[in-house]
Amino acid sequence: MLERDISETLQQQVHNAVSNGTPLKIEGGNSKTFLGRETHGEILDVSGHHGIVEHDPRELVLTARSGTPLKEIEAALAEAGQMLAFEPPHFGDNATLGGTLACGLSGPRRPFCGSARDFVLGCKLINGKGEILRFGGQVIKNVAGYDVSRLMVGAYGTLGVLLEISLKVLPRPAASYTLIQECTQAEAISKMSRLLSQPVPVDAACYHAGHCYVRLSGSEQAVKHAHQNLGGEVIEKSEPFWHALREHHLPFFGAANPLYRVVVKPAVPPLEIGGEWLLDWGGAQRWLVSDEPIALIRERVAMVGGHVTQFRGGAGNGEIFQPLAAPLLVIHQRLKSSFDPHGIFNRGRIYANL
Amino acid sequence: MPVSKDGLPRSRGVHEDLIRKLRKLLPPEDVLTDKEDLRPFECDGLSVYRRLPLVVVLPETIAQVQAIMRLCHALQVPVVARGAGTGLSGGALPLSDGVLLSLAKFKRILHIDPENAMATLQPGVRNLAISEAAAAYGMYYAPDPSSQIACTIGGNVAENSGGVHCLKYGLTVHNVLMLKVVTMEGELLTIGAETLDSPGYDLLALMAGSEGMLAVIVEVTVKLLAKPERAQVLLAAFDDVYKAGEAVGAIIAAGIIPAGLEMMDKVAIHAAEDYAHAGYPRDAEAILLCELDGTNAEVSEHIMQVRDILHRSGATEVRTAVNEAERQLFWKGRKSAFPAVGRISPDYYCMDGTIPRRQLPHVLRQISLWSEEYGLPVANVFHAGDGNLHPLILFDANKDGELARTEEFGQRILQLCVEVGGSITGEHGVGMEKINQMCIQFKAAELSQFHAVKAAFDPDGLLNPGKAVPTLQRCAEFGAMHVHHGQLPHPELERF
Ligand SMILES: Cc1cc2nc3c(=O)[nH]c(=O)nc-3n(C[C@H](O)[C@H](O)[C@H](O)COP(=O)(O)OP(=O)(O)OC[C@H]3O[C@@H](n4cnc5c(N)ncnc54)[C@H](O)[C@@H]3O)c2cc1C
Repeated sequence: MLERDISETLQQQVHNAVSNGTPLKIEGGNSKTFLGRETHGEILDVSGHHGIVEHDPRELVLTARSGTPLKEIEAALAEAGQMLAFEPPHFGDNATLGGTLACGLSGPRRPFCGSARDFVLGCKLINGKGEILRFGGQVIKNVAGYDVSRLMVGAYGTLGVLLEISLKVLPRPAASYTLIQECTQAEAISKMSRLLSQPVPVDAACYHAGHCYVRLSGSEQAVKHAHQNLGGEVIEKSEPFWHALREHHLPFFGAANPLYRVVVKPAVPPLEIGGEWLLDWGGAQRWLVSDEPIALIRERVAMVGGHVTQFRGGAGNGEIFQPLAAPLLVIHQRLKSSFDPHGIFNRGRIYANL
Repeated sequence: MPVSKDGLPRSRGVHEDLIRKLRKLLPPEDVLTDKEDLRPFECDGLSVYRRLPLVVVLPETIAQVQAIMRLCHALQVPVVARGAGTGLSGGALPLSDGVLLSLAKFKRILHIDPENAMATLQPGVRNLAISEAAAAYGMYYAPDPSSQIACTIGGNVAENSGGVHCLKYGLTVHNVLMLKVVTMEGELLTIGAETLDSPGYDLLALMAGSEGMLAVIVEVTVKLLAKPERAQVLLAAFDDVYKAGEAVGAIIAAGIIPAGLEMMDKVAIHAAEDYAHAGYPRDAEAILLCELDGTNAEVSEHIMQVRDILHRSGATEVRTAVNEAERQLFWKGRKSAFPAVGRISPDYYCMDGTIPRRQLPHVLRQISLWSEEYGLPVANVFHAGDGNLHPLILFDANKDGELARTEEFGQRILQLCVEVGGSITGEHGVGMEKINQMCIQFKAAELSQFHAVKAAFDPDGLLNPGKAVPTLQRCAEFGAMHVHHGQLPHPELERF
């Protein structure tokens, strides 16, 4: 694909939307439209804004335009022996960098290495007044001004159009082993939670279909040694398993019933909510396929201090994301109007009144 | 001056009213108004800026903080929050017509939860105290600013502080899960969650580094990490600063992320050696400290690799700390670099720019040229792994004009950092000190966006006003912005 900078075109489209009062629906690769609430508006297609702007492996920094396909970025990094350490799910072949960060999704490595927002260093965006602004930068430490770049992560495009993003990237581990052990959910939870307070080179842990999977990564020696200490059987060629988990290709995710993302403290014991469970993030992110009413699920999860997203199968105009406390919603609304005073970007994508 | 109904100048009337009402909210000994009592609060770690507040309050409960904020909001009195006052950019500098809200009494560790790898703290808990409390569980809190024996976790969040271990373990923003904050309107908000993410916008990211401008932090939940099985530090000496800089890039290119990677130049080495007797080689032009941590096996493997890279990069000597005591000693030299430099010069001015690492030789060369031009020596301490420079400019404030020359020299360094693609501050914050340099790093529309973010939390602009983000007016005066026929860009935004 051609390297292209279409920021001026995009800016013009935002200006037009402002003067005509037309809402915009921002689209990258359009791979995550299943997620979140429906939004209506003229389509602002960012996918043509394409290309890696800079990648100097020694600086551990990559800057790319938001429409660049994630797979292209990952390929460039792999060539330099590097990776996006938050292991983002793609949910489709044409997922873009912008869409990935707008949704703020992170894969199995998240609890051990950090989330999508943790790796963001800076961004260039168009706000709702059609201004092109830059925040953060291409350096690892930067505390000049509020951290607007990280605020964009997980905002689902409601605060602005991402044009360019700089990310911290990391070397790929030299070796990686996956250990598997048969156990109950409760046993897996305590096993995975113990890993957090032990000096072991773990970078993923999940519980699925009666088995606990632990991925060890690091130097060859470190991984071997940790295996001896932890026990369990090594699965040969475990990469497809973690890929299928990340991309929701495991049969578990194929069910027709609604899919919930339940986020709790990792050591919380198994929740008594009817349905099928799959635990990722060492127990901190739990997937639930269930026919129970969402109100009941939210109530049970709130009792242990967690929150729930209806990941698939929710009504496009329903409460997909956990509702916010009233004073917090006020701050959200004020922030939204500080970036997007005319309310043109992705109206109602996260909450009806945002 | 505006005059209120009772005929007193408005401000005096309001101030008396304020103090009377504060005394109803707090025990008398927690509302300070005598000059003598105010003195300890007149500055933070950047003592060239000093100002006495109108009143200092020392609340002890969240309800008291809320009541104070509601009162100040009702009377439209500005508030500045303060932790330990170790900040290096004048962030906690008081306002003469405002309240200084000290969090010093909030010093309880509320909960350590090893199972979920987190700790909940009051904001006045000292950084080091967290790791000391977590040690019983084999865990620790990773960000370790050199001021960690004194600075508070609330201040760390407000400044998004780093430390020598943040290349591998991140800054404060990467290690905080949840905050309880009180807004200027007295509203108690929970930001983030005890879970790895929370619904809605990432307000946690906004709070980190917000320099007390958005809300007062009254509780902090941080992530704890398992103590690595082993940590080993290597000390490498170089006869040339640039070779040391090259070695840093080579280590990272080899796919190794050290737990810490610090560089010091000759002036800093000598000062630190005199002060801490860390055993640094005095004949070196630069030293690198490279800490590797992880499992025993991994550390052994990496030490071999790094030692090899250091030799190949031209190190004249590479030493490995033989035991934990020597490792601590190597770090003590580095962590006491600021006070050590304080002993060799009547005054020093600590800069905090960041640059892409590849620019290091260019930037160091330019700094040494300017050092000659201004006749002011510089000691360079450098978080080399993450490109964060701390040039310490040595000067004597009692010599006529030397402070002004130092400030000018410092401004040129920061401007250079921006020019090469870096930032005016890596971890010390903008505060009062670098407010003019913000006009260099950001355009008018960006600054206006910052003001709009602040207004979302603090519509009346009463929390720590005048810090961190300059008004467009100020930038116009600073001269960094193009003003056409006296017409500012976005004159409508002046109200912020
Ligand atoms: C010798 C020395 C070494 C240092 N080394 C480092 C280093 O390695 N890395 C580094 O990052 N910094 C370093 N610093 C700077 C300083 O220690 C940090 O910025 C620290 O986080 C400040 O914490 P504090 O409690 O002293 O905050 P203060 O100085 O009291 O306040 C700093 C800012 O935070 C705000 N604030 C404080 N508490 C709260 C609260 N509860 N709610 C809202 N706002 C609040 C204040 O209004 C102010 O704007 C060093 C300082 C010294 C003196």
